[in-house]
Amino acid sequence: MGYPHQSHPREAVVLSKYFGDAEARTLAGWKARGGYQALEQALGMAPADIVTIVKDSGLRGRGGAGFPTGIKWSFMKPGDGKPHYLCCNADESEPGTFKDREIMRWTPHALVEGCAIGAYAIGAETAYIYIRGEFTEPLEWMNKAVKEAYAAGILGPNAMGTGKRVDVHVHKGAGAYICGEETALMNSLEGRRGNPRIKPPFPAVAGLFGKPTTINNVETLVAAAQIVKQGAAWYKQWGRADNPKSTGTKLFSVCGNIARPGNYEVPMGFPFKDFLWELCGGPLPGRTIKAVIPGGSSVPIITAEEAEGALMDYEGFVAAGTMLGSGGVIVFDDAQNMVKQIARLARFYAHESCAQCSQCREGTAWTTRILERIRDGQGTMEDLDTLLSIGESMTGKTICVLSDSCAVPVSSGIAKFRHEFEALIPKSRHRVAVSAGAA
Amino acid sequence: MSHGPSASGGALARAPHAHDDTPHEPVFVGDRAKDLDAILLKYPTKMAALLPALWIVQEARGWVSEGGMAEVARVLDLTPAYVKGVVSFYTMYHQHPVGKYFVQVCTTTPCNVCGAEDVVNAFLQHTRCGELGATSADGRFTVIEVECLGACGFATPVMINSDFLESVTPDTVPDILAELT
Repeated sequence: MGYPHQSHPREAVVLSKYFGDAEARTLAGWKARGGYQALEQALGMAPADIVTIVKDSGLRGRGGAGFPTGIKWSFMKPGDGKPHYLCCNADESEPGTFKDREIMRWTPHALVEGCAIGAYAIGAETAYIYIRGEFTEPLEWMNKAVKEAYAAGILGPNAMGTGKRVDVHVHKGAGAYICGEETALMNSLEGRRGNPRIKPPFPAVAGLFGKPTTINNVETLVAAAQIVKQGAAWYKQWGRADNPKSTGTKLFSVCGNIARPGNYEVPMGFPFKDFLWELCGGPLPGRTIKAVIPGGSSVPIITAEEAEGALMDYEGFVAAGTMLGSGGVIVFDDAQNMVKQIARLARFYAHESCAQCSQCREGTAWTTRILERIRDGQGTMEDLDTLLSIGESMTGKTICVLSDSCAVPVSSGIAKFRHEFEALIPKSRHRVAVSAGAA
Repeated sequence: MSHGPSASGGALARAPHAHDDTPHEPVFVGDRAKDLDAILLKYPTKMAALLPALWIVQEARGWVSEGGMAEVARVLDLTPAYVKGVVSFYTMYHQHPVGKYFVQVCTTTPCNVCGAEDVVNAFLQHTRCGELGATSADGRFTVIEVECLGACGFATPVMINSDFLESVTPDTVPDILAELT
């Protein structure tokens, strides 16, 4: 289906198969499409065996960090007498990313199923799906799906008649990008300000309510359900033969200055050039693509030329000087001023800083102030050096990576599009090089 | 697709954002008290019901007043200062009354490159709000810029109360406003 476009023959449609198919939203419709077979199968297995399958599949976290899911699950130690929790991160807020929204809008039961399987696999009795408050429609569908699943006995104290308890609850956020950071999400769910926590302790030791917790992205859990049903080998059919570190399919959200924005599901390792031109239709008429952010606003900006040579997997994007991140592809064409857009991104981070760490609280605001002054023709050449220096001080020094994320588009933007910054700096403010020999 | 397929038709008319000067009636009585009881069953602590409880207050009253915070504090065994600290962290709780229609236009980079600033300006002009965050003289509209709404491929997304509109352009703004009573 591939809403809002027909899926392209070169897509590998697994998770997005029923996007645009309204009947897949209901329990009956989901079951008619093979839904909940994976859960039934999983509940008949030993949890450790599920973890092994997911480990073998090579599935990595689809929220941005790319941590191997099976390994994350294996950190949990069921049977230690403590309550355990699964959190599903549905706080999708990374600029450029809107894939989880489509999963929840079109296949809410796929997420219920993924959460139930994940919870069972890690020995958690309860899973919480934390959905950002602005996602009113996905929230409605998720609430409905959970209710249907309870009414049908799929969830609850006797899940699918197996005598095993699986609870899934939906929790509505209230507007804060930072709550997509895993420990901030847990604080928020506990009824606190969404400040990220210092790690260690890691969530698998002391997470939600201080208890062992695993947190996974929406797409990760939905993919895990498919892997349980169809096997690790099936999942590994996708990916580059020479890169076993990135397997399976990945949803990419495409937005900005592109002919056909939307979600596309491609095999790991897909050529980015074909993706942008063939699947997404290339630039808008009469325009050329200038720059691309391929993995959500927190990954480095690359030029169109660099993008054309990239392969779409974790290692392929690193080789191109950026990262896969969340798979949110933002395209900029030649009509855009990069200084203005990078300033806007910095403003986003300044707005979303939780203000716990001084490097982030001060750095995001200072960066924004300088960028806006350059944008408005009031900058100096020294400002560029200052931006890079602030960026360095904002990287690797804070509790979470929001601060680093603000520095990334600034430093990569100056590196790749320095001429656009310099063009906005009045000539009178350019540093004058005086040669030593000049009289 | 001016309003996008996600606009749940009819919800605008039910928007509970109107406010008046009547004295504060307790929020957590009757059905709303029962709703809170059901919510509490989902969590091992009372505090975890704080965000849901604040949503109940905002849905009932259109905003979260100091009185509303005090009531939430009472029902959840928290202090008003603690509740206020949490309320002020999140952007979606209104700490002041807002217009009957609270309009949030995404202007973060992906929408910005697609012309979102023109959409904001169209809303400001047609609602006569004057400036961002201000409420129109007739009390009907408050327009703000919002950071990434997570629907970047459907630029420009706009939220009006709990309704989520996609692919809004300056040209479609008058029609959208005309549908609001």
